[in-house]
Amino acid sequence: MDTSLEATTEDKSIRPFRAKVSDEALADLRRRIQATRWPDKETVADRSQGAQLVMLQELVQYWGSGYDWRKAEAKLNALPQFMTSIDGVDIHFIHVRSRHENALPVIITHGWPGSVFEQIKLIGPLTDPTKYGGRVEDAFDVVIPSLPGFGFSARPTEAGWGLERIGRAWGVLMKRLGYTRYVAQGGDWGAGVVQAMGRQVPAGLLGIHTNLPAAVTNDVGAVLGGGPAPAGLSEKERSAINDLSAYVQNGGLAYLVMMGARPQAVGYGLTDSPAGLAGWMLVHGGFDKWTYGKDPKQSPTRDDVLDNFTLYWLTNTAASSARIYWENRGRDLISSAAQKTDEISVPVAITVFPDEVFRAQETWARRAFRNLIYFHEADRGGHFAMWEHPELFAAEVRAAFKSLR
Amino acid sequence: MTFVRMQRRVTTASALGLLLIAPPCYAQTVAAGTKEPPMTSQVQSPTSARPRAAAEDTAIRPFRIRVPKAELVELRRRIMATRWPEKETVADHSQGVPLAMVRELARHWATDYDWRKGEAKLNAVPQFVTMIDGLDIHFMHARSKHANALPLIVTHGWPGSIIEQLKIIDPLTNPTAYGGNASDAFHVVIPSMPGYGFSGKPTSTGWGPERMGRAWAELMKRLGYTRYVAQGGDWGAFVVDQMGLQAPAGLLAIHTNMPATVPADVDKALLAGGPAPSGLSGEEQLAYKQLERTFKQVDYARLMASRPQTLYGIADSPVGLAAWLLDHNDADGQPAAAVASALNRTTSATGELTRDEILDNITLYWLTNTGVSASRLYWEYKGGFFNAKGVSIPVAVTVFPGEQYQAPRSWTERAYPKLIYYNKVDKGGHFAAWEQPQLFAAEVRAAFRSLR
Repeated sequence: MDTSLEATTEDKSIRPFRAKVSDEALADLRRRIQATRWPDKETVADRSQGAQLVMLQELVQYWGSGYDWRKAEAKLNALPQFMTSIDGVDIHFIHVRSRHENALPVIITHGWPGSVFEQIKLIGPLTDPTKYGGRVEDAFDVVIPSLPGFGFSARPTEAGWGLERIGRAWGVLMKRLGYTRYVAQGGDWGAGVVQAMGRQVPAGLLGIHTNLPAAVTNDVGAVLGGGPAPAGLSEKERSAINDLSAYVQNGGLAYLVMMGARPQAVGYGLTDSPAGLAGWMLVHGGFDKWTYGKDPKQSPTRDDVLDNFTLYWLTNTAASSARIYWENRGRDLISSAAQKTDEISVPVAITVFPDEVFRAQETWARRAFRNLIYFHEADRGGHFAMWEHPELFAAEVRAAFKSLR
Repeated sequence: MTFVRMQRRVTTASALGLLLIAPPCYAQTVAAGTKEPPMTSQVQSPTSARPRAAAEDTAIRPFRIRVPKAELVELRRRIMATRWPEKETVADHSQGVPLAMVRELARHWATDYDWRKGEAKLNAVPQFVTMIDGLDIHFMHARSKHANALPLIVTHGWPGSIIEQLKIIDPLTNPTAYGGNASDAFHVVIPSMPGYGFSGKPTSTGWGPERMGRAWAELMKRLGYTRYVAQGGDWGAFVVDQMGLQAPAGLLAIHTNMPATVPADVDKALLAGGPAPSGLSGEEQLAYKQLERTFKQVDYARLMASRPQTLYGIADSPVGLAAWLLDHNDADGQPAAAVASALNRTTSATGELTRDEILDNITLYWLTNTGVSASRLYWEYKGGFFNAKGVSIPVAVTVFPGEQYQAPRSWTERAYPKLIYYNKVDKGGHFAAWEQPQLFAAEVRAAFRSLR
C-alpha cells in the first residue's frame, strides 16, 4: 500500500464531530430564499429545459417556510460522526459499529448531487440486519465519509483531489480505524472511488460493490458514439444502449460537461442563490422521476432532498463539489477504459437498478471486470437506489459480499 | 416575510415602471419619458399597444429606458450581500472566472459604477418598440443626415447586447466626422434579439435565428426601407446568414465578422474530434486548430443548448450572472482576453473597451432579468456552428484576429460564392464592434461600398 500519505507530521487523531449550524446561517438562508428573484417560465410544457419554474418555486417556498434543518441535523447527530485529517484535508465521516461481533466493515461513498444523507436510511439495515429481515452474519460496521469538498469535509485548496487520491485516503481512513478486512461500496462518484480502490488494493480491501459500474467496454462505447453494433447484441442490451444514447443526445449530461469544464463559473450563482443551487442539482437524471414530494410514499421525501440541498448550502460546497468533475474531466465514469477496470484485481460485485441512467449488462460487466463475483438486476430503484429503497439496497450489499466473509 | 408577500413585493416593484415587458407599464414609461420626435412616419400612439391579435399591431412606439431607483438600490444590496465560493484551486483561468477578478469587479459594481451613465448613453439614441410575430422587439434607430445613406441592420450576440454597438453608431451615421465620406453614410437599425435586453421574452418555443431573420426583414420593411444591408457577429452572424438564405426583398448583402465557412468534410472531422483532413493549406490548418480550441471552450453553449432553465442562479445572483457572462472565450483566452483586459481599463480615449462598458452590458441583463431567456436561444438553435450554410446572396467578411477562428479566404470563397469583400484586419476580436469601433465602422463602409 502507498504509505506516503501517512506523513510523519500529520495529525492522525480521530475527533468526534457534531453538526451544529448557527441560527444566523439558517436565518440568512430563509432570508435569501424569500428574496429569490425568479426567471420567467420555461417555454416548454416538460422538464426538457431544466427544472420547471412552478415545481421549483413550490419546493423553494417550502424550503423557506415549513422546512426545518434542525431535524436533519438531529438525524445526523444521532449517528457517531468524526473528523480526521488525511493527506492535508479534514475528512468528515459517520461511523456506526454493529453490535454483532463478526460484522464486516464497509466504507460507502456518495456522489454528486448527493451526500451522506443518501446513506442514512441504509445504516440500520446494514448494522442491525436482524431487525430488517436479515441474519446476524449479514451485519456490517459502516463507515460513510463525506467526499473532499462535500458536506462537512474540508474543501481542498489545491488541485489534485481526483478519484485516485480519494481512494488512497479511504484506504488510510480504514487503516486508521483499525480495520484489516473490509469492503467498499459506491455509486455515482462513489463508484469511481471504489473502482480506484479496486486498482490500488489497499491492505485489507476484500472486494467492492458498485451500483454504477464502468461497464461500457470499448465496443459498446463505439456504438454509443454512433458506430456499428457488435454482432449478437441482445434486445435487452440494445435497449440499454439506445436509452443511454437518447439520454446523452437529449443533453442529459450537459451539467456534467459544464462542471468538468468550468466549475468556478458555475459556482458563483449556486453559492449566492439557494434557488440557483436547487435548480442546478435537480437537473441530475437521478431526479427525473422524483415527484417533488407530491407522492408522500416516495423516498427520498421532500424533506430528504432538502436536507441534502441544505447541507450543500450551509457548508458552501457548491463550487468545491462541482470541482470533482473538473478533477476527473475526460474520464467517463462508466467507461471501462477510462476507469481502467482491467487493473482491478479484487472481487467486484454489481447491482444494476432499472431506472439508473446506464443499465450495465452482465456480458459487458464480465468483460470489464475480470473478477466479477456478483451481478444482479434489481426490480426497482434508480440512480439514488439506497435513498429510494434502503432495505432493498441493503439486501443487495449483503448478498454481494456474502462470499467474502 | 412570507413567500406570498415576497411575490407581491416583486410585482409592485415591477409596476413601478421598469417592466418593459408588460405593455401597460411600458406605455407609462414611454409617455413619461419620450423626448425625441419619432424618426419614422409610421409611429402611432403608444396607447395603441395591445397583445398579439389576428391583425398584428404594426405600430412603432418610441421607447426610453428609465429604471426605477429601487431596482438599482436592490441590485447594489444584492451585490454587497453576495455569498462567495472559495478561491479556485488553480493559479490560472482554467476552472472559470477567478474569484479575485469577480470580487474586484463586484466591488466596483456595488460602489462607484453608475448605471445612469449607461442608461443615458442608450437614451441618447432614438429607441423604439414594435411587435413582430407576436413579440415586442426593441431597437435603436439612428438615421444619418446624409440623404443617400444606406440602411443597415446590425445584430448583437451572447453574452452581448445592443451596448456592443453603441460606439459604431456615430461613425456609421456621421462618417465625415470620422475620416469617412458622406457617401459612406448608413442609417443604422440595432434590434435587441428576442429574450434579450428590452425586447420581449418569448413564452413559447420557436425563436431561433431563422425566425429572427424573418422578423428583421419585417422590421426593415416596416421602417420603409426597400434597399438595405445586414451585419452581425456571434448570434448576429447566425441571423445574417439566415437572412442571406431567406433573401428577403430589399436585402442587398450581408457582412459578417464571424463567418460560417467550414467545409462539410472539415466540419465533420472537427465534430468527431478527429485529426484535420489531409490536403489543408497552412492557413486552413491554422483555422482547424483554432476551431478545435474553440470547441473545447464552448461547454457553456452546450449547457444552455441543453438545459437553460437550470440557470436559476443567474436570475437571482448578480455575481452569478456576471461570472456566467464573463466566462465567454475569444481566441486569446477564456474569459475573453479582450474582456479580461477591459476590466483593468477605467477610461479610453480611443474607444477601447472599458470596465464600465462591461458592467453596462451585465447590468442590462440583470435589470431586464434576461439571463435565462437569453440562454434559451442556444436551446432553440439546432443547426451547426461554423459550417457553411449555403448563402448565395452577396456577402462581405472581415476577419478579426481575436475571433474564434481566422476564416481562410479559400473556405470563405467556397462558403459564400458571391463574396464581395474579404479583409483580414490586425486588431479586434470576438466583440469587434465593441473593442475596435472605428476600425469596425471602416470595415462596414468598405464592405458595402460596391453596393451603393
